Amino acid sequence: MLLTLKQQRRLHTVAMGALAWLVALLIFFPIFWMILTSFKTEIEAFATPPSLFFTPTLENYITINERSDYFHFAWNSVVISFTSTIIGMLIAVPAAYSMAFFETKRTNFTLQWMLSTKMLPPVGVLVPIYLLFKDFHLLDSKTGLIIIYTLINLPIMVWMAYTYFKEVPKDILEAARIDGANMLQEIWRILLPMTKGGLASTVLLSLILSWNEAFWSLNLTAYNAAPLTSLIASYSSPEGLFWAKLSAVSTLACAPILIFGWISQKQLVRGLSFGAVK
Amino acid sequence: MKSKLLISSLVALGFTSFLPNAYAANTTLTIGTVNNGDMVRMQGLASAFEETHPNIDLEWVVLEENVLRQRLTTDIATKGGQFDVMTIGLYEAPIWGKKGWLTEINNLPADYDFDDIFPAVSEGLSVDGKLFALPFYAESSMTYYRKDLFKKYNLTMPNQPTWDQMMEFAKVLHKPAENQFGICLRGKAGWGENMALLTTIANSFGARWFDENWKPEFDGKEWNNAVNFYVDLLNKYGPPGASSNGFNENLALFNSAKCAMWVDATVAGAFLTDESQSKVANEIGFALAPSQVTTKGAGWLWSWALAVPKTSDAKPEALEFITWATSKGYSELVASTNGIANMPPGVRASTYANKDYMMAAPFAAKTLESMQNADANDATLKPAPYTGVQFAAIPEFQAIATKVGTLVSGALVGSMTVEDALKKSQKLTTRQMKRARYYKK
Amino acid sequence: MDTLASIDKAKESDSTGVSNAAKKNALISFFMVSPSVILLLVWMIIPLGMTIYFSMMNYNLLSPEDTWFVGWENFEYFITDDGFASGVTNTLILVGSVLLITVVFGILISVLVNIPFWGQGIVRVMLISPFFIMPTVNALVWKNLLLHPVSGVFAAISVFFGYEPIDWFSDYPLTAIVIIVSWQWLPFAVLLLMTAMQSLDQEQQEAARLDGASSLDVFRHLTLPHLSRAIAVVVMIETIFLLSIFAEIFTTTGGGPGYETTNLAYLIYSQALLQYDVGMASAGGLIAVILANIAAFFLVRIVGKNLTDNT
Repeated sequence: MLLTLKQQRRLHTVAMGALAWLVALLIFFPIFWMILTSFKTEIEAFATPPSLFFTPTLENYITINERSDYFHFAWNSVVISFTSTIIGMLIAVPAAYSMAFFETKRTNFTLQWMLSTKMLPPVGVLVPIYLLFKDFHLLDSKTGLIIIYTLINLPIMVWMAYTYFKEVPKDILEAARIDGANMLQEIWRILLPMTKGGLASTVLLSLILSWNEAFWSLNLTAYNAAPLTSLIASYSSPEGLFWAKLSAVSTLACAPILIFGWISQKQLVRGLSFGAVK
Repeated sequence: MKSKLLISSLVALGFTSFLPNAYAANTTLTIGTVNNGDMVRMQGLASAFEETHPNIDLEWVVLEENVLRQRLTTDIATKGGQFDVMTIGLYEAPIWGKKGWLTEINNLPADYDFDDIFPAVSEGLSVDGKLFALPFYAESSMTYYRKDLFKKYNLTMPNQPTWDQMMEFAKVLHKPAENQFGICLRGKAGWGENMALLTTIANSFGARWFDENWKPEFDGKEWNNAVNFYVDLLNKYGPPGASSNGFNENLALFNSAKCAMWVDATVAGAFLTDESQSKVANEIGFALAPSQVTTKGAGWLWSWALAVPKTSDAKPEALEFITWATSKGYSELVASTNGIANMPPGVRASTYANKDYMMAAPFAAKTLESMQNADANDATLKPAPYTGVQFAAIPEFQAIATKVGTLVSGALVGSMTVEDALKKSQKLTTRQMKRARYYKK
Repeated sequence: MDTLASIDKAKESDSTGVSNAAKKNALISFFMVSPSVILLLVWMIIPLGMTIYFSMMNYNLLSPEDTWFVGWENFEYFITDDGFASGVTNTLILVGSVLLITVVFGILISVLVNIPFWGQGIVRVMLISPFFIMPTVNALVWKNLLLHPVSGVFAAISVFFGYEPIDWFSDYPLTAIVIIVSWQWLPFAVLLLMTAMQSLDQEQQEAARLDGASSLDVFRHLTLPHLSRAIAVVVMIETIFLLSIFAEIFTTTGGGPGYETTNLAYLIYSQALLQYDVGMASAGGLIAVILANIAAFFLVRIVGKNLTDNT
């Protein structure tokens, strides 16, 4: 039991690491199961007891490829999610910057009011929006969805960017200003790199929310602007066994997002700059 | 720098979505359909249509039944004009036809052989003699049972059992320790889920949804008997989790040899006898849906049909498509591509006169008999003011029956008594009908 | 004398300089914030306006010709529905339980994965992975592949240990929904809190530990206060989303058995949308907004201060 401090630390780290792995695996399990199911036949998918070992088959993926045009839907998803996120960030970041560093009496109220624009449940406002979109010829258009997604995600983006901007000590920006930087340089050179992780999380979140949004994307599109949620819906609950195919199409649909998740979590680097200031 | 370039090109691409679509010389048909097997097949075979009609492009919106119905109704009622072809059922067709939302269908070509279609189906899709949709496939309900288990326990299934007999059979066949359940029935809440089945059970117990004055009859003894029987039967001899089992779950259970009997749609027959997905494909026995005090309304009647909304901007092409998809030629195409047993069922007499079909599809004979027995105008013991076997063809029915369905599933799991569920159902139905101004003050 | 005067003069010009700067700041902030405010204002007013209008009308999509003014009738009808009380209670239970689970576990997990260890990147992605999956698919996977009492994984595990499988959707439907929704939203909390942990000053922690503080002390007095803003954000944002949870309920239970899993959003659907009663759907929507405002009011009391604090 006479471990040196260093050894104790090592043990602590290893134990925590193991626990972290355990928790992550538990949380990931349903997804793992879903991916597993995508390689089973339909009848295998519903077997009792559920099988861990079986002969894998690609038939579900083949069926999906034959039946639907994955790339059409994927492309729509990419365009809609990315465009709405980029536009959203362009609007949200200045707003968050201003609220974080030029706080007024109304800042708190404005923040809460922004969030309150999301209080109306979409189910309750479906028909009014449908009528609006019809009159503006926005039905079944990527533009229409981009507009809606930008608007519904804007409050979230503002809130999150605000949160991370607030972490940055004002004196750093003051120092830059004294050194002669103007506002744009301040933001671009100092603030953004410091809040890289936070902004990456915000972008990822907005992407995910747009990618998986299933109410407006199903109700306001037909085929032209239909994103991946529409593709998934076409495999959902038909008459007949469908769980293996659904698992396959869902795996295909979330694969692109997984890549972005990986990229963005890489941005979560320790804030070394904070130490540098001290 | 690279990321800047990437971002700017993505933004540029995003903005191209603002540009109007290049106008093609072709007509595009947007088809909204259910994601059932027969429709998916139609989607696959539609390339044959596109080949013979090079000026028509087909685009598909494929959704689950309830979502599709909501999507299509929202569109047609607001005159959204998003769809050229809509897949609708026996429930919507007369309602929408009466409202003048659908294009009337006439001038069908002679080789379409309209008289070949079962009158019950074509009449269900017409209003005042005017046809508003062409039937794609139709179904009734029937009883499925395991021949091997019946043999093992020395039981004989009559051509049309009574529900009492079904209870007797289930008792013998229920062996939960071996993962074998006496009977599987729909329990999932929904007007097209558990209520479709329960309405046919109620019909056979002599009940009806509404009396001649549109007052619901849940406070009557017929409904009481029917629901008590249903809850009793499923709780005693049904599988666990029955209250969330719909068609698919029960199909999966039956296919994996866990159910001894099942009463559900005639189209299930095709899945059950398919060796690639059913462990018991060769042991399926067929009988008519059970009766009790009457044989009326025992098997339901449903059809998925293709219609052209008035808001379509390509009506002639759309009509051409739906004529193609419901024609004899299409059935033959299915037979040659996917096997004769997969021809769209329940619509044409010629399908059932086809000896090869009857041989290849063991479920065909009972399907035919069930379809011939189903009469949407005479489904209840006492006269009813509505048409429909497992539904009442009024717009309010969908919401009312879905709520009653959730109450019944509550009774099924025991979170309320049957009496309580019926009382609540009576209250909410009366309330709803009153609001919809069915009762003259 | 001269110097005093010149100092006074300097001060004077300086103060106008300061107030000029303040004015400039206010102007800048106004312009930077206004695009978002204007957009959201339009986005709020138009649907809200239409909703208020429709809520007072008898407007059914199936008979659009029969539209007339009915005042409070839609609201009255919606509130006197049998399922209304359950709808409100279930909404609150659902939101409360999921908030509790996701925030508590979110904090614990984000602390856990903060120290570098082997495979930290992969673990992080796995932790946020449930958020990548569409809610409807999630619900279906949980309902049929995991929780199903005959063929689900949980059932198999129970049987393995000799227990009777739990019939989740019959006996504990609301719990089942809470599990599904919590699992879906835990990654959100983890993502935000994990990111917030990045700005936690390691050196302060080291110093405290060297001074003899235990891990618990460090957690309570350093970590938690630092995370308070992020926690406030998680709570506020999750609440707004959770109040209108719909897809999971629609896919799994349809609001049943009885009214056990009916929340306000689903009630609007089953009461109004299913029969295309736009008037009542609008009325229900407004009632949901009122409930959301009440919930937000209380939440702001509890966590709102942490938002704009300068910790």
